[in-house]
Amino acid sequence: MVTGGTEFDLLRWIPLAPLLAAVLHGVLLVVVRRTVSQWVTVAISCGAIGVSFLMSCAAFARLVRLPDESRLLVDHLYTWIGAGIGNQAFSTELAFQFDPLSAVMVLVVSGVGALIHIYSWGYMEEDEREDKGFQRFFCYMNLFAFAMLLLVLADNLVLMFLGWEGVGLCSYLLIGFWYGDRNNAYAGSKAFIVNRVGDFAFIVGLLLLFSLLSEAGHPTIGFQDIERYFAQIAEATLDLPEWLPGGPSYRAVDVVGICFFIGACGKSAQIPLHVWLPDAMAGPTPVSALIHAATMVTAGVYLVCRMSFLYAAAPEASEVIAWTGALTAALGAVLALVQTDIKKVLAYSTMSQLGFMFVAVGCGAYAAAIFHLATHAFMKALLFLAAGSVILAMQHEQDIGAMGGLRSRIPRTRWTFLIGAVALSGVLPFAGFFSKDEILVAAYGAGMAGGPWLYRLLLATAGLTALYLFRLYFQVFRGKSRVRRELRDRMEDPPGSMVIPLYALSLLAIFAGLAGFPQAWGDLAWVDIEKSNSLANFLAPVLAGSGREALEREIEYRLTLRAVLAAATGTGLAWCLYVQWPAWPGKIRSSFRRLHHVLVAKFWVDEIYGLLLVRPLVAISDRLLYRVIDAGLIDGLLVNGVARSVRALAANGLRYLQSGLIQSYMFVMLVGAVAIVALLMR
Amino acid sequence: MIPIDHVIGLSALLFGIGAIGVLVRRNLIVMLMSIELMLNAANLAFVAFNRVWPGMDSTKALDGQVFVLLVITVAAAEVAVGLGILLALFRNRDSVDPEEASLLKW
Repeated sequence: MVTGGTEFDLLRWIPLAPLLAAVLHGVLLVVVRRTVSQWVTVAISCGAIGVSFLMSCAAFARLVRLPDESRLLVDHLYTWIGAGIGNQAFSTELAFQFDPLSAVMVLVVSGVGALIHIYSWGYMEEDEREDKGFQRFFCYMNLFAFAMLLLVLADNLVLMFLGWEGVGLCSYLLIGFWYGDRNNAYAGSKAFIVNRVGDFAFIVGLLLLFSLLSEAGHPTIGFQDIERYFAQIAEATLDLPEWLPGGPSYRAVDVVGICFFIGACGKSAQIPLHVWLPDAMAGPTPVSALIHAATMVTAGVYLVCRMSFLYAAAPEASEVIAWTGALTAALGAVLALVQTDIKKVLAYSTMSQLGFMFVAVGCGAYAAAIFHLATHAFMKALLFLAAGSVILAMQHEQDIGAMGGLRSRIPRTRWTFLIGAVALSGVLPFAGFFSKDEILVAAYGAGMAGGPWLYRLLLATAGLTALYLFRLYFQVFRGKSRVRRELRDRMEDPPGSMVIPLYALSLLAIFAGLAGFPQAWGDLAWVDIEKSNSLANFLAPVLAGSGREALEREIEYRLTLRAVLAAATGTGLAWCLYVQWPAWPGKIRSSFRRLHHVLVAKFWVDEIYGLLLVRPLVAISDRLLYRVIDAGLIDGLLVNGVARSVRALAANGLRYLQSGLIQSYMFVMLVGAVAIVALLMR
Repeated sequence: MIPIDHVIGLSALLFGIGAIGVLVRRNLIVMLMSIELMLNAANLAFVAFNRVWPGMDSTKALDGQVFVLLVITVAAAEVAVGLGILLALFRNRDSVDPEEASLLKW
């Protein structure tokens, strides 16, 4: 835990710069209503996010110069909500905090965000014609950057929730960006509504935590304060309804932890709230890269890490998290195997990788989760942007069945995509290997219920990761070309403004893993053991420790070997199936037709939700709430009924009072006045 | 000093004359004048009460007298508006009888 904080005034400009840009775009779009040239739009947007990134770097430079134990920068703007007096005083500050955890998140968000903003210029160029799409797009993107940076910089839960809702809103706006197609608009609504379920749990958790702290005499929701007073509520219990399993008396921290985790489930697409993420691919590809791969969907992981002191004291909640994460990881990987849409494969892959991160936090390896979060942001953003280049070259064809053999036609895209795939598969020197290995080691060492199975499931998933990624790569870039003839000769790599972000992200995908070089390898002669895994050391002051002994070297080497073998097996299998013997996948498909059908139908989760939740809800809303209560009772009886009866009364009697004779009015008035006076003098 | 009862009695008398004037006369100008009479009856009551209760020993209360000034001002404004309406009515209908101006009734 860090105490005290150093004032750092530049902090506010990290979120405010994109906000100002978004407002400026909004004014130009809504008030000025003149088409601005693309140059100006891009300059405003990229400039704003660039300012954010530079400020983040400045703050980071300031942060690392502080000694380990006091690494915390704060910037207080004003008191947002103040209430109460004395020792019951409660206030919510509009204040930002920049500690090592926020630092990693802010650098990833603003760095990857800046690259994707640059990329978007080329990708969205054609959207000028209708509805000022180009500027609208950049307006939403800036707004998203603001909300996301607010989320990771907030120094209390309420301000964080503001960012949390903000990113949800921008996600909705950008998924439904091409709203001309009804399905895109529906996908946006679906994402928003599913997120709402999680947000509800988030609020319940927030209020529960606040009421617990208030009862202990500390009404506060600032992260620093919660952590300071947490020990006083750690042993509190809550009585929940009898029908819940394991009740009726629960440890309060477990309940709060589960509530926040359900919130995280919604944002980070974990079972059972994972259904929105694949549909979210309806948005433009840069959106998928920024929001639905690199930043917003990792907000749930960030939330859990931010509350790591709470989860470290809540073993049961942690167990639920770990298992949910593992099942989501496996489900995502399996479903990614049968998808035929290039972006949906990546979407399920994102879901699966987020599952990995949740396993890490569930096992208490918070630093490993943040490490994987960062490397995954680079790798998945790279894969999505490369996929965007493919989609652009294919003139918005996304079916991998209509691709194939693209490697010589769009070589730059191919190489960058390959780097992303290799890195995410966990091949040895690349970023994904280090981060995934750390999570596997944590899962192996976590002594929780079914621990060995958790590890095995995760290891198998790591193998599947390589399989589906290389299936995608081989289907798109190798083999015989299945591209339509009229497209075939006109395909080309995207322009420079789009390739540069790809190169930058490729470099990150290759080298970012070195930030978390495993401690166990420290005895290799050329690595200084003190410096290895510098990311974990950097994060250590703000994250709760797992409280477990490090594994023996021997075991850790063996685990690493297994991870490498799993990745190699997956890659090899993909090569066999999709390059060497391309007839096999079809044969396998036809011999396991039923299984394939189940996978393509995504286990009918959407249909089950539709049957159990959506249709009853729509039916009740339509038949009862709308037709009977709203139209019948409120509109009919109360509003129009009152008006109608007054009208009838007036038409049949009251109007004759309106005689037009002033003196009779006055007489009535006088009688009334006298009556009132008489009444008062009684 | 004149007892308060006498003054209040005069005020009530004036108010009654005004009220009856408003109710029974068929001439809008006279009705307006009767209203003035009622207002002044109220004014008289105000100053009379102010004389009886001039406030606590240290602070002097002048509420009644201040109210009178206010009423006079408002009455002047009211007369200006009232006579304006009356003039407009007379020009249009050649009459100041209120019974003639009953177009807006049902």
